[in-house]
Amino acid sequence: MKKVEAIIRPERLDKVSEALLGNGFHAMTVTEVRGRGKQKGIALQFRGKEIMVDMIPKVKIEIVLEDELVDKVIDIIRTNAQTGKNGDGKVFVYDIEKSIGVRAE
Amino acid sequence: MEINEIMINSSFILICTAMVMLMTPAVGIFYGGLVRKKNLISMLMLSFISFALVTVQWIFFGYSLAFGPDIAGFIGGLDYAFLNGVGMDGEPIPDLLFMVFQLVFAAITLAIITSAVAERVKLSAFIIFGLLWTTLIYDPLAHWMWGGGWASQIGALDFAGGIVVHIGAGFGALALALAVGSRFGYGDHNMEPHNIPLTLLGGALLWFGWFGFNAGSALAVNEVAINAFIVTNVSAACGALSWLAAAWIKGKPSSMGMISGAIAGLGAITPAAGFVGPMAAVCIGIVAGLVCYGAMLLRLKKDWDESLDAWAIHGVGGLWGTIALGIFAIPAIGGVAGIFSGNFGLIQVQIIAAVAAVVYAFAGTFVLAKIVDSFIGLRVSEDEEYVGLDIAQHGETIYP
Repeated sequence: MKKVEAIIRPERLDKVSEALLGNGFHAMTVTEVRGRGKQKGIALQFRGKEIMVDMIPKVKIEIVLEDELVDKVIDIIRTNAQTGKNGDGKVFVYDIEKSIGVRAE
Repeated sequence: MEINEIMINSSFILICTAMVMLMTPAVGIFYGGLVRKKNLISMLMLSFISFALVTVQWIFFGYSLAFGPDIAGFIGGLDYAFLNGVGMDGEPIPDLLFMVFQLVFAAITLAIITSAVAERVKLSAFIIFGLLWTTLIYDPLAHWMWGGGWASQIGALDFAGGIVVHIGAGFGALALALAVGSRFGYGDHNMEPHNIPLTLLGGALLWFGWFGFNAGSALAVNEVAINAFIVTNVSAACGALSWLAAAWIKGKPSSMGMISGAIAGLGAITPAAGFVGPMAAVCIGIVAGLVCYGAMLLRLKKDWDESLDAWAIHGVGGLWGTIALGIFAIPAIGGVAGIFSGNFGLIQVQIIAAVAAVVYAFAGTFVLAKIVDSFIGLRVSEDEEYVGLDIAQHGETIYP
């Protein structure tokens, strides 16, 4: 079992979520996060001097699923979250030891 | 000081002026809730800046351009520039008080236009655009209708600003939005309002301020003011309910639809408030809610990013109200007759004035926006738009 953790642009969340739902992936956890990637944030020019805006708002999606479904989910996330510009995000895959439903006896 | 009729009227108009002043930041609060949270400060700022900017423009030369001696029916002369000769004379209120009452109208008009450039305008460009817009578009419109210009000469009426404020700002906003272009990611990214209670608070303050806007336009404590106050409330309520009903049929009865309908009703009754009775206000409000809702659907269908619907609500609402005045006016209230009182002449001049204002506001604003854009650029860069104008333009955020 694996966990796919994707950090994406918040404005792409609806699209990704709909696409996942459309492909039968219902369960997910979403967290609002802030951070920076390789570019160290976004550099803006303000009255001739440069200001760095780091800690850009993103969302983190977490999905736990069977190993063989991982590539498909990554593909759906990448296709729908991509804008082709810096800051599109990152996907991580972890091993999961156990998954236990809270309600189940 | 002797307490005479002029002073009694003045006390009323001083309060109305303060109420209308509050409407300008209220526009910012209304708009601020509708944008993404990274642009809330920017939207509030644009309204406050509108107030500050127009205050200075108006006392220097704006008031004179609107209300100075008529030049060719188009614009006022500069006789009252720097408030020269504007003092305590005048009836039913002193000229100086009339000047400041008109100032708050000019300010809110510019604030309404910021709908068109929400989340993407450069503050410096907006200040220059705003100064030019108020001078070249608003001041002539105010002169046409209220300052003795051609429209008032042919008998067209606009009680509290249906043409001057709402058609001017609404159709100006549509032109500005088309000139400046859509927000980055429009139609693709999620751009849902981030704080609906804030928008409702802004709407509440607008509704409240509108009593000063419309009742105060009687310029005296009299029966016309009382009637205007009542029809204003009736039209707002009917607009709120009719938009709500229309939205309910298509989906959920959203609070956003309700408050949008209220403002559509308020914008529509504005030109007619001194001329029609409460039952006409019911019709005007109901139709305003439906027509403005339809205009918003059309805007969405056309993919025009007139982001916060100044056009659909103020522009179309003001246009409907200006025509409705020609239909519903009864002599017992404001001394003029519309179609229902057997006069078919008024609606003709109303339509002429309204169409001229639509064309002038739309074409003039479009040209002006293109000129400002080509000189200094109206928009921020894509990166700045992405980060949000609060940080990019003001170096501030609503959350630490």
